[in-house]
Amino acid sequence: MDKSGINENLKSQPDLSGHFGVFGGKFVSEILMQALTELESEYRRLQHDKQFQAELKSDLEHYVGRSSPLYFAERLTSEAGGAKIYLKREDLNHTGAHKINNCIGQALLAKYMGKPRVIAETGAGQHGVASATVAARFGLRCQVYMGSEDIERQSLNVYRMKLLGAEVIPVTSGSCTLKDAMSEAMRDWVTNVDDTHYIIGTVAGPHPYPMLVRDFQSVIGEETRLQFAEMHGGLPDALVACVGGGSNAMGLFYPFLEDSSVRLIGVEAAGRGINTGEHAAPLTAGSIGVLHGNRTYLMQDVNGQIIETHSVSAGLDYPGVGPEHSWLKDINRAEYVAVTDEQALAAFRQLNLLEGILPALESAHAVFHGLELARTMGQDQAIVINLSGRGDKDIPTMAKIDGITIT
Amino acid sequence: MSRIAKKLEDRSKKALVAYVVAGDPSSEFTVKLMHKMVAAGVDVIELGVPFSDPEAEGPVIQRGHERALKTNTSLRDVLAMVSAFREEDDTTPIVLMGYLNPIEIMGYDAFSEKAASAGVDGTIIVNLPPEESGALGPCLEASGIDSVYLLAPTTTDERASYITERSRGFVYYVSLKGTTGAATLDVIDVSLKMNRFRKITELPVIVGFGIKDANSAARVAEISDGVAVGAAIVSLVAQHLDSPEDAYLDITRLLSGMRQAMDA
Repeated sequence: MDKSGINENLKSQPDLSGHFGVFGGKFVSEILMQALTELESEYRRLQHDKQFQAELKSDLEHYVGRSSPLYFAERLTSEAGGAKIYLKREDLNHTGAHKINNCIGQALLAKYMGKPRVIAETGAGQHGVASATVAARFGLRCQVYMGSEDIERQSLNVYRMKLLGAEVIPVTSGSCTLKDAMSEAMRDWVTNVDDTHYIIGTVAGPHPYPMLVRDFQSVIGEETRLQFAEMHGGLPDALVACVGGGSNAMGLFYPFLEDSSVRLIGVEAAGRGINTGEHAAPLTAGSIGVLHGNRTYLMQDVNGQIIETHSVSAGLDYPGVGPEHSWLKDINRAEYVAVTDEQALAAFRQLNLLEGILPALESAHAVFHGLELARTMGQDQAIVINLSGRGDKDIPTMAKIDGITIT
Repeated sequence: MSRIAKKLEDRSKKALVAYVVAGDPSSEFTVKLMHKMVAAGVDVIELGVPFSDPEAEGPVIQRGHERALKTNTSLRDVLAMVSAFREEDDTTPIVLMGYLNPIEIMGYDAFSEKAASAGVDGTIIVNLPPEESGALGPCLEASGIDSVYLLAPTTTDERASYITERSRGFVYYVSLKGTTGAATLDVIDVSLKMNRFRKITELPVIVGFGIKDANSAARVAEISDGVAVGAAIVSLVAQHLDSPEDAYLDITRLLSGMRQAMDA
């Protein structure tokens, strides 16, 4: 990292054409160009619209339940025996994860843009549930694209979306998972762009999505900054967050980008192990390419075909990653590591036992690495781990692993 | 003069452009089909480069990509098909149609050189608007390959000027909002758009999306410089996976019907 001054501009990305260095951009069919331009100009206008900002703030407070607590994890800290560990409790938000921060923002955008219908893609169903929730809240029609494989694996969330009045559309193309659901949602948007807003769930996709999703998620980092200063004083030494598409990590990191003393660490899913090839860690073991509207690190073969990923946590099971993460990696501002299924499961159990907190399996990846990191640090230091979601949705998966049948 | 320019030079004759997915279901089938299509009256061949995530395609062409990928058809294989086709046909223009990633991985310089030497005349890269082609565009131009860009119903006049200034050979008007193989076409709407494009560019405008049969081909050809047909062909390939001869017959029938209706 260039500590001599380059950090002053880290928050000014993307550039006007939507690039973070060589990453990002707008790699879409001409049919969508006008919609993206419109979305960007509306978004930029509403950033300075007092009424929009007031509505957003009010909903974040009264509907989502913000601010979410920053919690000093005392027993986890003594277990590690090193740096103090703080948890940012995004799991306590309405619908149980950070996803709703972005969905509230985008649903409000849709409302202000006069679009009566929203669509979303979902893998595990968390973003689908959050989208269906805000659609109900704002009276918007909602259709959620979900891979047929994922529908089988996540029947609880599928039913939840139905209860919220959304229609879940099974996607049977390609590998029938999240990436295909995203492609299918883009196809829907291409067809129904006049009356539809596409709520992308992560900091990926074509510009302006990586920017606007990051902005809506930045509330995580902004709160953390204030809360940490109040509880501990100063700035944390490191921030740790899991990275699938990377929205919870980007939301935590962004307000700290220009504080070079704060280490930013993204934790990818190493699945069955990086060396097995069965993982979802494009920043750790992938290469640069173009998918879903942006240039970024991807999981792909030598011919540029996107390959299937694996992670025990469906929310991290995506072959790409937000372009801003790719850029932060390449300029060495953020570090990226990978944690295996097995390690994440161990952290999942540990957090239950030591703190009485049931983390999402996604977040358990960050917990595992945070613990390892804290061990290597001094007791005068402190880190913040983003607990991006709660683990109720993962209980069937865990029970299955433990050989227990839940009826 | 390039093969594309030569073929599209006489504007009174409307161009019939036919799309197939390369390697669907095999390389041998594709190369033979290309010759059959030329014999049926096709002027320009669009050869689809298989990609794992063809974001702008409807279900029919998606399945075509999936079938081609079952045998791991790569961009290299597609170029080999072009070379094989060129052994017997040196005049029919070939435009590769696909997504950026396989090209990105091969490398822009390497792709441009290999494509030119295989006998490729142009590219339509669906997810590469001119704004993002600053690096690839010059490589293609240096190799004498035309970059064909898309216009859409949502494209503003200002943007249409920007796009057509950068497009080479022809421009491709995606006449429907939606994916390939979708719904029916509103000819009056296309006609209004064409009037606007005529004021903006001298390039030939080929209309794709929504052309399904001889009737729609003839009606759209009347108001444009040519039509592109894709999903209708790929669905015939899919219907006759076990009997290639039947596929050739049905596709020939479809395309010669279009040719006759367009020339009538």
